Amino acid sequence: MIDLVGYGAFFLTTALIFSLVTLGLNLQWGLTGLFNVGLAGFVAIGAYTSALLTTPVDPARLGGFGLPILAGWAGAMIVGGIAAALTGMATLRLRSDYLAITTFGVAVVVQLVALNAQKLTGGPFGIGFIPRPFGGLAETPLLFNLSNLAVVCAVTLIAYLALEHLSRSPWGRVLKALREDERAAISLGKSARFYRVQAFAVGGAIMALAGALQAHFTGFIAPDNYLPILTFQVWVMLIVGGSGSNLGAVIGSVLVWGIWAGSGTLTSVFFPPEQQARAASLQIVAIGVMLCVILLIRPNGLFGDRPRRPRFGKRKRIATDKSSSGS
Amino acid sequence: MSLQFIVDGLLTGSMIGLGAIGVTLTYSILRFSNFAHGDFMAWGSYATLAMVSAIGATFGKVAPIGPLSFGWPLLVALVVGMAFTTLLALLLDKVLFSRLRSQGQAIIVVMASFGASMALRSLLEFTFTSRPTYFSRAIQIAMPVGFGIRITPDQIALLLLTAVLVHGVHLLMTRTQTGRSMQALSQNAALARIVGIDVASVVRVTWIIGGALACVAGVMIGILVQIRPFMGFDMLLPMFAAAILGGIGSIPGAVLGGLIIGLAEAGAVQLIGAEWRAAVSFIILMAVLFVRPIGLFGVRER
Repeated sequence: MIDLVGYGAFFLTTALIFSLVTLGLNLQWGLTGLFNVGLAGFVAIGAYTSALLTTPVDPARLGGFGLPILAGWAGAMIVGGIAAALTGMATLRLRSDYLAITTFGVAVVVQLVALNAQKLTGGPFGIGFIPRPFGGLAETPLLFNLSNLAVVCAVTLIAYLALEHLSRSPWGRVLKALREDERAAISLGKSARFYRVQAFAVGGAIMALAGALQAHFTGFIAPDNYLPILTFQVWVMLIVGGSGSNLGAVIGSVLVWGIWAGSGTLTSVFFPPEQQARAASLQIVAIGVMLCVILLIRPNGLFGDRPRRPRFGKRKRIATDKSSSGS
Repeated sequence: MSLQFIVDGLLTGSMIGLGAIGVTLTYSILRFSNFAHGDFMAWGSYATLAMVSAIGATFGKVAPIGPLSFGWPLLVALVVGMAFTTLLALLLDKVLFSRLRSQGQAIIVVMASFGASMALRSLLEFTFTSRPTYFSRAIQIAMPVGFGIRITPDQIALLLLTAVLVHGVHLLMTRTQTGRSMQALSQNAALARIVGIDVASVVRVTWIIGGALACVAGVMIGILVQIRPFMGFDMLLPMFAAAILGGIGSIPGAVLGGLIIGLAEAGAVQLIGAEWRAAVSFIILMAVLFVRPIGLFGVRER
């Protein structure tokens, strides 16, 4: 029974960290319509920044500044936000696909730096001894897991409430207006690029914070944690929950992480050990097909706030798109 | 600095360029960046490999052609593989992309292609495991050609093949009615329909060219490097960078972009080290986006 509670706490902590990433993505994609396929890169930036700031001094690599954990989180958000802002500034004046390709590239480069800049990131061996909140409780795993769950819950709740507030604020309304009908919003004097860079940067900062939380929860990070599969999982979470809805983002994350962890347990039960790597790839196939099917039959997910109501200019454009691209 | 990087760069550049042609065509005609394109390469490569072993099982061991490392089975298998990759691309379009396209939101199609790419790649990993395989384990002696450059017979053959294919596609695009229809559709879709261009057939030809060339590029990687499920995914960033550098929609641009990126990568490998290779395409991509987002031969969107 105690074990089950402990595992439940562990599961929920991981799921809530995922939901924080999904909240960041929801701000970028759901609210503003910015397509980020390199979010694993921003999560990694946050994790490494916080790890560098808070670990004790290590002669083998640069840094280890031994700062308090909260300083690490703040640093992660700042660096992640700046990275996202730079990415946005480079691409947001161009077609939306360019942002997708560039963020993809960011993730590749972050992965490369994490693997190769050994002085900074510890290379393939990663960084260990990251201080954990309530590390003193580590002897009693249950208490430790529950207290970590409480911390992650609190952070997620704060982020959720802040994002809910933001999306109802004038700022959020501008973002929605830009998403729905860019021309109309611009004609009201709103600078599309300026607002989009802001939304992208805030989203990047939230993702980086999630990365930092994860790093401090597990106490160890390595480049393998931030492969494209992470990006993919978070996208499925957002689409299942319904992009545009913060509640959907959180629930979708818990749900998809449940499916993921559950199917992982099932494969480990039903497949012999030497076949497990192969079974794991089948798991990815299933999730990939699931994403495509949801996009086809229920693009709004569970709680999505669409359909986007076509307005004057928009309706015309959709109509021409339909006629020109059908095959 | 040894001049060997020119040969290495041209070879990598050919692979990138052949892939980038497909990327640039899908982008300009179907209006989305296809993240599954790299996985067409991998699937083409594995299909060709499967066909080679099937031929090997029926006809026994076949002597290679002249100094090359492969015989006629590979050529036959390549044609089969190209047909297979084309069918895969057409199937994916029919089941997924064309339906989402008709809903009119380009970026949803990009996301679907990302999901499809994950699924396709993992399916390869499941079937063939992630262990790398090879078309041939024979070691070829590289011939010196002066200036300290060495090249193997395989490499010469593949460079020639690339040149022929690129030239062929260029002729198709500029001299035939199909090619002109494709250009028309990429420049102004609405007007193209008005003059009676058959959109469905243009879309089909786009996937056929893209899929077939992706397969050739994949087999090239298979012959010169190795076959892995991730081989195509790793080529994705260089291919996108090449297509954007050359200018979206331009075939010569995509190939030139591929060659530039290939040479830059090979140069960087010599100067900085192989581990930073993947960063080269990103730097070039960012430079293009800041300085000249329409690329070398691009036209401003109308």
